[in-house]
Amino acid sequence: MSISETYVRYRQTLSEEPLAIGVILVALWMAWSLASGLATGGIEISSLASLVWDGLLRGLIIGLAGIGLSMTYSILNFANFAHGDYLTSGAFAGMATSYLIAGIGENSVGALLLVGAGGSVFGGALGIGVTTSPLAVVLGALIAGVATIALALLIDRFVYRPIRDESGIALLITSIGVAFALRYLIQFVFGAGVRGTTAAGSVPRVNVPAIDGTFRVTAHDISLVVVAAGLMLGVHLLLQRTKLGKAMRAMSDNEDLARITGIPTEQVIRTTWIVGAGLTGVAGYMFILWKGTLGFNDGWLLLLLVFAAVILGGIGSIYGAIGGGIVIGLTASVSVIWIPSEFGRAAAFLVMIVILLFKPEGIFSGRTTA
Amino acid sequence: MSVSDLRGRFEGLFERDITLVLAVLGVIYLAYILSGVVFGYGLRGQLNSVANLTFYIGVFGMLALALNLHWGYTGLFNIGIIGFMGIGVYVTALVSKPPVAEGGAAQVGGFGLPLFIGIPAGVLVAGLFGLLVALPALRLRADYLAIVTVAFSEIIRFTMMSRTFQTYTVPDTIDLWLFTVDPTADTVGLGGGGGLILNYTDPLEALLRGLFLWEPYLAFIAFVQRNFIPNNPKPVIDGVAYGIVLLVGVGLFYLLLTRTGQSPFGRVLKAIREDEDVANALGKDTDRFKLTAFVLGAALMGLGGILWYSGRGSVTPPSFRPNITFFVWIALIIGGAGSNTGSFLGGAIFAGVLYQGPRYFKNLVEAAFELGSAPRNFGEAMAGFASLDPMPFVLYTLDSISQLRLVIMGVVLIWLMHNRPEGLLGHRKETASTVDLARPGSAESSGKPSAADGGEER
Amino acid sequence: MSETNESTPATETAATDEESPPATDGDQPTGSSTETDLTKLVKDDPEAHTGDETDRYAPLEVEGLRKEFGGITAVDDVSFDVEEGTLTGLIGPNGAGKSTTFNLITGMLEPDEGTVRFNGEDITGLEPYEIANQGLARTFQIARELEEMTVLENMMLAPKGQIGESLWRSVMPFTREAVRDQETEQLERVWEVLDFFEIDHLADEYAGNLSGGQRKLLEMARALLTDPDMLLLDEPFAGVNPSLEKRLLEHIHELREQGYTFLIVEHDMDLIMNNCERVIVMHQGRILKDGTPAEIKESEEVIEAYLGGEV
Repeated sequence: MSISETYVRYRQTLSEEPLAIGVILVALWMAWSLASGLATGGIEISSLASLVWDGLLRGLIIGLAGIGLSMTYSILNFANFAHGDYLTSGAFAGMATSYLIAGIGENSVGALLLVGAGGSVFGGALGIGVTTSPLAVVLGALIAGVATIALALLIDRFVYRPIRDESGIALLITSIGVAFALRYLIQFVFGAGVRGTTAAGSVPRVNVPAIDGTFRVTAHDISLVVVAAGLMLGVHLLLQRTKLGKAMRAMSDNEDLARITGIPTEQVIRTTWIVGAGLTGVAGYMFILWKGTLGFNDGWLLLLLVFAAVILGGIGSIYGAIGGGIVIGLTASVSVIWIPSEFGRAAAFLVMIVILLFKPEGIFSGRTTA
Repeated sequence: MSVSDLRGRFEGLFERDITLVLAVLGVIYLAYILSGVVFGYGLRGQLNSVANLTFYIGVFGMLALALNLHWGYTGLFNIGIIGFMGIGVYVTALVSKPPVAEGGAAQVGGFGLPLFIGIPAGVLVAGLFGLLVALPALRLRADYLAIVTVAFSEIIRFTMMSRTFQTYTVPDTIDLWLFTVDPTADTVGLGGGGGLILNYTDPLEALLRGLFLWEPYLAFIAFVQRNFIPNNPKPVIDGVAYGIVLLVGVGLFYLLLTRTGQSPFGRVLKAIREDEDVANALGKDTDRFKLTAFVLGAALMGLGGILWYSGRGSVTPPSFRPNITFFVWIALIIGGAGSNTGSFLGGAIFAGVLYQGPRYFKNLVEAAFELGSAPRNFGEAMAGFASLDPMPFVLYTLDSISQLRLVIMGVVLIWLMHNRPEGLLGHRKETASTVDLARPGSAESSGKPSAADGGEER
Repeated sequence: MSETNESTPATETAATDEESPPATDGDQPTGSSTETDLTKLVKDDPEAHTGDETDRYAPLEVEGLRKEFGGITAVDDVSFDVEEGTLTGLIGPNGAGKSTTFNLITGMLEPDEGTVRFNGEDITGLEPYEIANQGLARTFQIARELEEMTVLENMMLAPKGQIGESLWRSVMPFTREAVRDQETEQLERVWEVLDFFEIDHLADEYAGNLSGGQRKLLEMARALLTDPDMLLLDEPFAGVNPSLEKRLLEHIHELREQGYTFLIVEHDMDLIMNNCERVIVMHQGRILKDGTPAEIKESEEVIEAYLGGEV
């Protein structure tokens, strides 16, 4: 290839791929800034490690929740704005169970089921934690998933099924209605306060050495990783090895074609909700377990980040959702190195906006249906 | 006269816009005034109640009209409304707040410029941000635009909350190449988490002074004090006056937007919403139209925000969460996207029935019946059912009516999307043309636009 | 503000020589019930295109067009000219690349290689609206009516150079008067065209309520109002009943006699053979044969590709 040809090639790439160029430039600047920070001691490796760990965990939660959103987006063809509140529902259902199991006998059932609304019971006092009350946690996670599945199926039956064939926008608007109704119903029942849910002090932790310091890893971190990995593996197996999974992948590509070829679409839709809501519910519970506090707004506050992850990874791509989640989580967490901490989430949103503008099909190129 | 004749006559009445608007408003106001009577409100109470209602009808009406330009006409799915509102009020505050000296940790001042500079500045900057958002995002399909706009409004909120932009010390002199400026401002900024105290001139006062009506207004207040409300009537009268100002504002928005809609420009907007490729194939530069519509709508939303929050003493970032955006959307859906009259009606109905209504309902019930105190939480409320006593639950429900109205809003939205997605007036023909489109020279042609005083029922 | 290109003077209709394709079923195209001469809509320029018989002007020149979609070459080295005042047909089986070619010409797709020239200007890669403004109008295969708008609104949308399309001019009091005047003028032309296509009785209907055939008429009427020099019709007869087909053809022939140039994509071989002076056959993205209907009928390659001439 002659020099002039190479030159032409470069110029072409520059004009046709502004995103790539921009990303490379930004990445270079970030790398340089990080390197110089580390070199001069302005940034400690241990704090970096701590941020990365935090971001990774956050990303796993976002990714787990994102799988559900990605599936409903591609198979049901609409952006579900109530998805965040499914997270919250799972969290509350699971925590109520955990509270009940941990505190039965000594506290009123009512106060336990309301997850200590109004300060009637405290999670810390109950000793909720994966090591201090393993049964409560395991059952809590389980019920979180099951309850969210039930909720999602119920909502689908009465809210989404009657308008199944409407446009994606109509469904989106409807989901906003669902979000409102669900979120404030939760507030009505469980109260508006934010409560501490775990015995934070007694969660075992380890200080992992990292060159110039240490960063903390707690048992809840580990349990989160374990649960997330397990669920993701399960979904992978479902999609790749089962007939139903194949049908789901087909439907995500082209619903009409799937209908014609006899794939039972209502069943696929039901499975989508089951898998998606189940994952979301558990994700919600693990999120609360990990961060230690619970409020009725928690899921909604996470929603945009979950959208960011799904879009980044490509709608319809499960692995994209996970990957996207990790990237978004890391961005929100690690970006404090370069920008003021209050803009961490803004950075994640900016990443999403940039992706939408330049490569809307996402990095892992999921299918954009609808 | 048969029943169908009567019905025809009745429906004929409602074909004229103004009748419909007056009727709806009349019912709402009547309901509120009657409630006031039940509550035992005196004149002061009634005036407050009416002023409050008018305020919300005004602001929701204006915002719904602006959103109608975006969504109803052009098909731009904007859920960043609150972001533009916030920009409007923050910029106005920045420009018009009185300067404050350094010191005072949470105190941040402004540039001290008069409101007739501050308000246009806010509107302009809101429009500019509309440009900023629209330029890259124009080509996005509707749901992606939705996500981008809500992300945008959240980024704005983070910026308001941030410590980085909280304060900035303005230098005493600024060298601007050709001349130097000595700004009187000392510390300006966005106020961070504490927000901004809106201690600039009360807009109502500024307006009245500008119209040389301030003295007469004060005289009127004195008159009222002497004869009707002996005890500090000014805030009440102010409230009513501001409400009237807002209604005038709605009227102006309506005029502007109907002129915009009933024109070749509006025609192209409708075409873009229906099928952008067709508009392109007919030679229209659709990007330019979408940009213009978006910027205009954003600027109007900025104005809406300024008028909304200027009624308060201060603004804080939590006020700018996306909930208000969704309120405006619900108002628009109720009224009927695509119809300007519908937008206003939607705003009025939303304000009166869904926003303020529930609280009034609660007060009504409490005034009518002697109720005990409400249980503090859901558990206690449910406890009553054990002994087949629904009262605790009812009391708890009433007490939480403020949250429940949001649940009701959600349910209403779902119901609308199922049964009447076009809302009240969305099906109406509001012909996008400056002239009557009937065959020229024919009997029906009048040369005047057919939709000025009421569209045709489909 | 209107900068419509120079029109085709009615004198240059080339179709009047050797093989004049008869109108359908031997009927003379007497035109529709009204005597509307639509050249009034088209600006006259006596200077344009006064070439002699042998030098027929071709407003549309397509050269070496190529378009790939991820490995599949949908359009491969397609070149042809369309002469002024003719009815040219573009046929081929499904997947031959006809619609893609159309989209490449009208700017909805950008070619990987090749050029499109219209009235002497290079329009390759321009935006669809820019191309439309040059005088090249198109209709869509599935009639894309703006459903929530009335027929009248659909029609009023089409003309170029509407000053009211500027927000400022539409809103400000004095300039709005000028907009009103222009719209009133426009309205007359709109009604004329509605009459020509005999859909004037549907004027106030929502376009979404129209039948399929009526939509096709509206589509064509609307395209006409953009003052084009040339019309690209994408399967205008698909799903159309015989009597409507006859009517449409009558309209098209009459318009052709007034100086418009047509390029029609169609499946129906008979229709194209009987009406077009020139036929371009595409197959698998390439041009198989380009000539008169007689030449096409006798071409072995075409016969082979079609195995009997039926699509």
